[in-house]
Amino acid sequence: MSLDLTRPEGAIAEARRQSEICNACRYCEGYCDVFPAMFAERTFTDGDITQLANLCHNCRGCYYACQYTEPHAFALNIPAALAEVRAESWERYAWPGRLGGLFHRSGVAVAVALVVGIAALFIAMRALVPASGEGFYAYLSHSIMVAIFMPAFLFPVLALVMGVRRYWAEVGGAPLRWAHMKEAARRTASMKNLSGGQGQGCNFEKGDRYSNARRHAHQAVLYGFVLCFASTSSGTLLHYVFGLEAPYSFFSLPKLLGVPGGILLTIGAAGLVALKMKADPALGSASRWGGEMGFTLLLGFTGFSGLVLYAVTGTSLVSLMLAVHLGAVLALFLLTPYSKMAHGAYRFAALVRDAQRRA
Amino acid sequence: MMELESSGWDVIVAGGGNAGLCAAIEAAETGARVLILDAAPKPYRGGNSRHTRNFRCMHRGPLSVLTGSYGEEEYYDDLLRVTKGKTDEDLARMTIRMSEECLPWMEAHGVRFQPSLSGTLSLSRTNAFFLGGGKALVNAYYNTAEDLGVSVVYDASVGHVVIENGRFTGLEVDISGKTHLIEGQALVIASGGFQANTDWLAEAWGPAARNFLIRGTPYNRGRILRDMLDQGAESVGDPTQCHAVAIDGRAAQFDAGIVTRLDCVPFSIVVNRDGQRFYNEGEDVWPKRYAIWGRIVAAQPEQVGYAIIDSKAVNDFMPSVFPPETADTIEGLAQKLGLAGNALAETIREYNAACRPGTFDGTDLDRLSTQGIEPPKTNWARPIDTPPYFGYELRPGVTFTYLGLRVDRTAQVQTGNGPLSNVWAAGETMAGSILGEGYLAGFGMTIGTVFGRIAGQEAAKYVA
Repeated sequence: MSLDLTRPEGAIAEARRQSEICNACRYCEGYCDVFPAMFAERTFTDGDITQLANLCHNCRGCYYACQYTEPHAFALNIPAALAEVRAESWERYAWPGRLGGLFHRSGVAVAVALVVGIAALFIAMRALVPASGEGFYAYLSHSIMVAIFMPAFLFPVLALVMGVRRYWAEVGGAPLRWAHMKEAARRTASMKNLSGGQGQGCNFEKGDRYSNARRHAHQAVLYGFVLCFASTSSGTLLHYVFGLEAPYSFFSLPKLLGVPGGILLTIGAAGLVALKMKADPALGSASRWGGEMGFTLLLGFTGFSGLVLYAVTGTSLVSLMLAVHLGAVLALFLLTPYSKMAHGAYRFAALVRDAQRRA
Repeated sequence: MMELESSGWDVIVAGGGNAGLCAAIEAAETGARVLILDAAPKPYRGGNSRHTRNFRCMHRGPLSVLTGSYGEEEYYDDLLRVTKGKTDEDLARMTIRMSEECLPWMEAHGVRFQPSLSGTLSLSRTNAFFLGGGKALVNAYYNTAEDLGVSVVYDASVGHVVIENGRFTGLEVDISGKTHLIEGQALVIASGGFQANTDWLAEAWGPAARNFLIRGTPYNRGRILRDMLDQGAESVGDPTQCHAVAIDGRAAQFDAGIVTRLDCVPFSIVVNRDGQRFYNEGEDVWPKRYAIWGRIVAAQPEQVGYAIIDSKAVNDFMPSVFPPETADTIEGLAQKLGLAGNALAETIREYNAACRPGTFDGTDLDRLSTQGIEPPKTNWARPIDTPPYFGYELRPGVTFTYLGLRVDRTAQVQTGNGPLSNVWAAGETMAGSILGEGYLAGFGMTIGTVFGRIAGQEAAKYVA
């Protein structure tokens, strides 16, 4: 008898080959949710592999603990194999499908999108000068802002919903239950899957030494983003429900949520960029490195430009910074279903699916 | 490679696995200048510790991930059972007692434990599993050692220990094709057994040993062990024996580790090259029997066996890394396995006819026994009659060898003329003192940790 150790074609087939080896070892069971899910199966469908891939947070603990990494003939690299499957799945589920790959792979494309977004805002502000208005509305009327950002927000939401529905069908998800959502939210809130299983953190930027830096930076971005989103939502509520129009003072909900949010977003994204520079690209999806980096920079830039916009209040720089910031927001929103940002939706879905499995 | 200083070392540790790392850390914590020489390149550092997964630990109450209690007497009884009395009671009891304080020490030096792995619940009271396995433990110790200023050279194979007037003075070490003389005040030998040295195995076992697979590192060639024995160091352990289990015969010659284990034997019949059964596959639960199957298979022609199951049994055991050969007929399976089809079919016909009705229980001894055939199968005997049929090739997989250096309670290496004043040994290279036969899961790591720490402390005391 001879044994075929060659690597199969295709990301899913390669991840399956590696998972079958893991399943006979099981030493990594305690690191994260991926391994208990993996060890519950004896054979892996494409949907199983896709689910495992989206459950993986790329903490890399399993890679450094693995006795079968290269130069061993088994050549295990689970973080990279799952990263490849994961990124391919987002591109496959993207809706509309043609927009799948570009922004995942190319940081330059993300930068171009940012420039286009800012230019669009400049053009809008130049062409549609409001007759009157206070604060930002002196440069771009409220109704124009709504006309731009309402669709720019709703369309990506729709696109993500369509993508996640495809995901859910492929991984065989069951009907949603509140308890599973709550469990997924708990794991997201604490980034349990970047904790190394015991709070020691992951093996991202310091090789085989553990560190919580990435977990903390990621949570700064996540909470910063949530705060910024809450800030905008609170402004919308104040405007439509209470008839209180911008500009708002510092001691108002939009500012009290938005300023810390912007700071967290900026610092967190800067941290993620710095960590990514130190980490070994061979343990992720090497072909998506540029797209991921571009997107993280865009996220940080969006937060930072918002803070600058607030800082230049009352100066002649407001119109410039308003276009820059809103342009960044526009690019961020529109790219969400087609870039690394989409991971949030799929990751959450994977966590819900895993909560269903454990239940 | 760093610029290696050829003198000025307080403690030189030969072998960078668990025992060597424990010794190096203990010595470095006293401020000693410590050098570790590991024969493997960096990705394969850590010897066989890289493939381990747990630490057998005495404890009088719940301790870290360990549940309940596991007292000295029960631990010692377990050891007596597997060794059939071939142990040194004094050293064994000392090791067992010291294991309890080792676990917190391990945690304090970076090792993380996790609850018992799925499929190993029977060990949750006695064995603390390493989070991520032995390589994660090895990584943690290398990081701790590095933080303490320990120097490490990989790809460094020690060829000769220079001993003058009962004292170690230096080592001849092959690094990058050149032999260097490196001088030190004290030596800790922690370089494992000789199981990767096929010539030596063949010398001890006969030519059959050339068909054995080596489960662990290819770097345990026993160079230092042989050199020390040649210089009059006293040995312990049966020089002709090695610990072997039955593993997937398709595994690579070296280093396939845990994933080639095959747990299907109790649910199968096992035949040899001639299609004949040769041992009671259902003698006892697998954790109590897997360790003897290496020798059983080694005694068969060409040192090979074939476990045959049908589709009823295929989900009754942990998956192994390689998929089984499969066919819809016994003859078809025999052909794929390279066996004579009619011989295998006849063996299975006889076996099926000897099976008796009853209730199968894969999780416990179910007394579902054959009647009227030799050898019998005394548990889990169900007819093999539901295609598709599956077959796994089995070969002996050597885990470690028993021959080693005799040490005393302070880990000091003994000769016919008394102890060597500045040479200590720890780990697999002296484990034969305590584990003279058989194996107790996780006990190798216990011996390595206890004696590694003692060796490091003693060496540090000597150079202080």
